[in-house]
Amino acid sequence: MTEQSPQPITKKKTGKSVYLDYQATTPTDPRVVEAMMPYFTEKFGNPHSRNHPYGWEAEEAVEKARGQIAHIIGADSKEIVFTSGATESNNLALKGVANFYKDRKNHIITVVTEHKCVLDTCRHLEQEGFEVTYLPVQANGLIDLKQLEEAMTDKTLLVSVMGVNNEIGVIQPLKEIGALCRERKIFFHTDCAQAVGKIPLDVNEMNIDLMSISGHKLYGPMGIGALYVRRRPRVRLQAMINGGGQERGMRSGTLPTPLCVGLGEACEISEKEMAAETERLKMLSDRMYGRIMEALPEVFLNGDKEHRIPGNLNLSFAYVEGEGLMMGINDLSVSSGSACTSASLEPSYVLRALGLEDELAHTSLRLGFGRFSTEEEVDYAAERIIQEVQRLRDMSPLWEMAQEGIDIKSIEWAEH
Amino acid sequence: MSYSKELIDHYENPRNVGTMDKNSEDVGTGLVGAPACGDVMKLQIKVNAEGIIEDAKFKTFGCGSAIASSSLVTEWVKGKTVDEASTIKNTQIAEELALPPVKIHCSVLAEDAIKAAISDYKVKRGK
Repeated sequence: MTEQSPQPITKKKTGKSVYLDYQATTPTDPRVVEAMMPYFTEKFGNPHSRNHPYGWEAEEAVEKARGQIAHIIGADSKEIVFTSGATESNNLALKGVANFYKDRKNHIITVVTEHKCVLDTCRHLEQEGFEVTYLPVQANGLIDLKQLEEAMTDKTLLVSVMGVNNEIGVIQPLKEIGALCRERKIFFHTDCAQAVGKIPLDVNEMNIDLMSISGHKLYGPMGIGALYVRRRPRVRLQAMINGGGQERGMRSGTLPTPLCVGLGEACEISEKEMAAETERLKMLSDRMYGRIMEALPEVFLNGDKEHRIPGNLNLSFAYVEGEGLMMGINDLSVSSGSACTSASLEPSYVLRALGLEDELAHTSLRLGFGRFSTEEEVDYAAERIIQEVQRLRDMSPLWEMAQEGIDIKSIEWAEH
Repeated sequence: MSYSKELIDHYENPRNVGTMDKNSEDVGTGLVGAPACGDVMKLQIKVNAEGIIEDAKFKTFGCGSAIASSSLVTEWVKGKTVDEASTIKNTQIAEELALPPVKIHCSVLAEDAIKAAISDYKVKRGK
């Protein structure tokens, strides 16, 4: 009989949980909050009030913000439509364009790893009679440009491919996709919620026609986003929200001045600091990755190693289940691609799309670093993760079998 | 997910983690679940000449609820006869740990694991 020690959990530090979920949301930069403040209680006017100084000063602030947002993506401020967030922007882009042009073309191409709001909107459009092609991705998470080209027909109206994936951080070849689309006069929409402020973007160089932007992903406030809509050549769309005709008729509703100001300020700050921040995040990410890979065998990075933002590491720890791991590191705020942590018991569809077998999808952790992450936090997190993975592997029958040289795939498991 | 104190205790201080020699005559081994589902439990019992379970060990690949369910079960079977142990129901496990509804299947798997271990033992003894 082989004995084993009781495997108690190690002591955790006191104090607030270490935040490593920057893809879920980011703290609002204090500089952004400061820029927003006057527009709550002093300069509180409705930016559409044309007749008095309260309205004028609010309008001025909104237009300045519009310019800041346009600048970070190489657009003109007339091409920026404010929305409540990237979900609304994605809905507006897809439904708006589809419904406007449906008499001429009715085919849309997107990718299986898109955010739920894009996929769900496409499914909705399918029910309305549109044809949608969902392109697969390669094992590294990137689309195959040849497959995209082959999917294009003379009925193809729109291609929608996200700039950066929220789960695995990979960067799609936007410039190449844009070129293909422009050649065939197909509109190119890209959900850049995770890309704006993280990678350089230029709507003209990349031939982008529509782009979704999210405030709370780049240290701006929650509740605000934008949709870039190209004017030359003109992209028309059918509005989803009817009303006073704001935003050139594309999105009615009083603009929330402080939130617009916040998004604008966040964009300007990110544009200025992008290069330096990218370098710093790369250092943190390499540090975390290096520590973990050095200490633990059988750990896999999900998504292409090169074409990725440095602020994301999605790792699978073989033989250890994700939710179990997260419980053990509950002084770290992270997320997992494990089924147990989603409301359904299905593992992450993004990891599945990479071809990951269920057991590796169940073992994944998504680590997200950002502007306020420190080396100390990274070191602490790496240490805790390493400790917990080792503890759980000691408790895992699958790890035991692997150590004994048993091929787990050869066992006939009884599904329950 | 808000877990009960009992569940967290079993997760942080699991009882009876380990491995017995599965070839031993007095050991019954149950291996249930599937990696694809995210839950695999290995439960082993050592039964003495009087038919009483004198020791139990487990190893689990799974979430906190799965680990806690299997840890609890190894505690419960010790000192019971093989027949008494086979009457342990998943509902008792779920109640003791206050498992949320979405985690009940972990307790079902733990019940399956005991039954599998007992069955393996009985087959070995030619019963």
